[in-house]
Amino acid sequence: MSAPLLEVEDLWVQLPTEEGIVRAVDGVSYTVDRGRCLGIVGESGAGKSVSAMAVMGLTRFSRARIAGAVRFEGRDLLTASDDELRRLRGNDIAMVFQDALSSLHPYFRVGDQIAGAVRAHQQIARRRARERAAEILALVGVPDPRRSMAAYPHELSGGMRQRAMIAMGLVNEPKLLIADEPTAALDVTVQAQILELLQRLRRELSTAVVLITHDLGVVAQMADEIAVMYAGRIVERAPAATLLAAPEHPYTWGLLQSIPHPSAEGQSDLVPIAGRPPSLIHPPSGCSFHPRCPYAREVHRRVDPRLEPVPDDGAAHRVACLLPVEVRRRMWRALRGGADHRQARTLADEEGTG
Amino acid sequence: MQYLSYMTDVFLRLDFGFSFQSNADVLGLILARLPATVQLALGAVVLWLAAGIGLGVVSAVRRRTLVDRVSMGVALVGISAPVYWLGLVAIYLFSEDIGLIPLLPGIGGYVPPTEDLSAWLGSMILPWCVLAASLAAIYSRVLRASLLDVMSEDYIRTARAQGLRERRVVLRHGLRGALTPVVTLAGLDLGVLLGGAILTESVFNLPGVGRLAYDAIVRGDLPVIQGTVLFGAFFIIVMAIIVDVLYAYLDPRVRHA
Ligand SMILES: Nc1ncnc2c1ncn2[C@@H]1O[C@H](COP(=O)(O)OP(=O)(O)O)[C@@H](O)[C@H]1O
Ligand SMILES: [Mg+2]
Repeated sequence: MSAPLLEVEDLWVQLPTEEGIVRAVDGVSYTVDRGRCLGIVGESGAGKSVSAMAVMGLTRFSRARIAGAVRFEGRDLLTASDDELRRLRGNDIAMVFQDALSSLHPYFRVGDQIAGAVRAHQQIARRRARERAAEILALVGVPDPRRSMAAYPHELSGGMRQRAMIAMGLVNEPKLLIADEPTAALDVTVQAQILELLQRLRRELSTAVVLITHDLGVVAQMADEIAVMYAGRIVERAPAATLLAAPEHPYTWGLLQSIPHPSAEGQSDLVPIAGRPPSLIHPPSGCSFHPRCPYAREVHRRVDPRLEPVPDDGAAHRVACLLPVEVRRRMWRALRGGADHRQARTLADEEGTG
Repeated sequence: MQYLSYMTDVFLRLDFGFSFQSNADVLGLILARLPATVQLALGAVVLWLAAGIGLGVVSAVRRRTLVDRVSMGVALVGISAPVYWLGLVAIYLFSEDIGLIPLLPGIGGYVPPTEDLSAWLGSMILPWCVLAASLAAIYSRVLRASLLDVMSEDYIRTARAQGLRERRVVLRHGLRGALTPVVTLAGLDLGVLLGGAILTESVFNLPGVGRLAYDAIVRGDLPVIQGTVLFGAFFIIVMAIIVDVLYAYLDPRVRHA
């Protein structure tokens, strides 16, 4: 067995700010195998972007403090030299950002920006690089690539801009593509098109993908594995089908229930998670989800849960929750059956004592 | 009524009247002085842009280091020091007759470049440097601030994510984004200077439009004063228009708006 493509181990990222130190990433571990897709889901502010930037080495341009290990094909990236990392960036690991309008240079033509990405890693003539740019634009479904290449970013539609951004990421055929909320700035139909595109490209180029989103519905279609992030940590991680069918963490339940789906049972299912994400400067004691968890108990304010394998569900499913596993499962069954938080809670308590 | 007839003369017949002093045609006087002013302004703009942009980039990249602090400190002195003071100090230090380090012959004795190129250079170097110094100081600070702003933009993160060398990220992607305010400013400053750099021309005894205006003011030569003021206004307006056009060229988002 060769090493996994990407291995993130106990990654910590702290960002000093005027208000204090932001613990943006607080001991995150995951692996991504060649050609696979990992979805990272969580509300905004959970540390998804910062962890991705740490993998890319982009945190080196800030005053971030980083600990842990990031291994790409077995090589530790956190200790790699700036130049080693630069050669990897955009070549073996590429990143697509959320807001293509602000992430593309407003003063350079789209084609030149893509060609520039090629020439950052290959010593080829400008004309060859531009041909390559046209090819990749065609591949990502931009009609009339030559014309789009001559356009400035603001002249393209939102969907076309995001396609151009994806083209720029894929132009050097990276082994890993990190897509950070690639559809968040787009309307629903365009969003679906972009997701389909990513799916297709993943198959055609056999690129591994880390898909970051705040919308569990987005990764549900595409990811092989899903990691749920909350307050700088992964609170649940499982193969996609398992996580969607048998989620163990109350936060994951909340995410699942806040996916708008046109189900037969009606529209009243949509339950947003009450409360706001916690401060990462002064994170809550104990389980960081306890202030928002409808099922939190007194001890959860003091005890910090660890990400541990879920009993009877294979080693791949891990969760960081202090509730006893049988109570959790009763609650989820009740919730799925249409109960609200209070009902689920009392039901689980009754069954537990009875 | 007098004003109206003056204005119709100026705009319809390009007739600025005659000097009280010499009875010479004002337009002719100004045009004769224009070459020295244009030479001074164009030479200085090249120098101050080069120095200002260079210093600005270095201090932005080396932010909060000694290099940054020293160059921004020097820039502050440059901004605060009046041009005539800088000019007098420069003459005191470098001129041929009274200078401590008499490096540069020909200060104070302007020679047209058509007559003697090296003598012309010798007479212009110090005025260029003095005029450029105070402006370079301002520009380095403007560029530093603008570049620091731009370097935190999302598109700079993208450039880094592409794996571009940091040099290229700063000098191409960063500088290109940061240049707009500097170019705008340079155009307007150049407009002002083309109307005559009164102080610099006076200190270095350059026969430019500014010197002409200064002499006219001293002698109360009203037609010449009016003429030079109008001329100055003309250049300011022309440069403002050029800046507008340039702005659209620099920012494609403006071009199509
Ligand atoms: N450059 C930065 N400086 C300081 N704090 C930051 C910076 N970028 C992000 N943060 C903070 O780090 C935390 C995680 O942010 P981020 O990774 O962007 O969240 P997500 O991508 O999950 O929405 C947030 O609390 C955010 O405020
Ligand atoms: Mg984010």
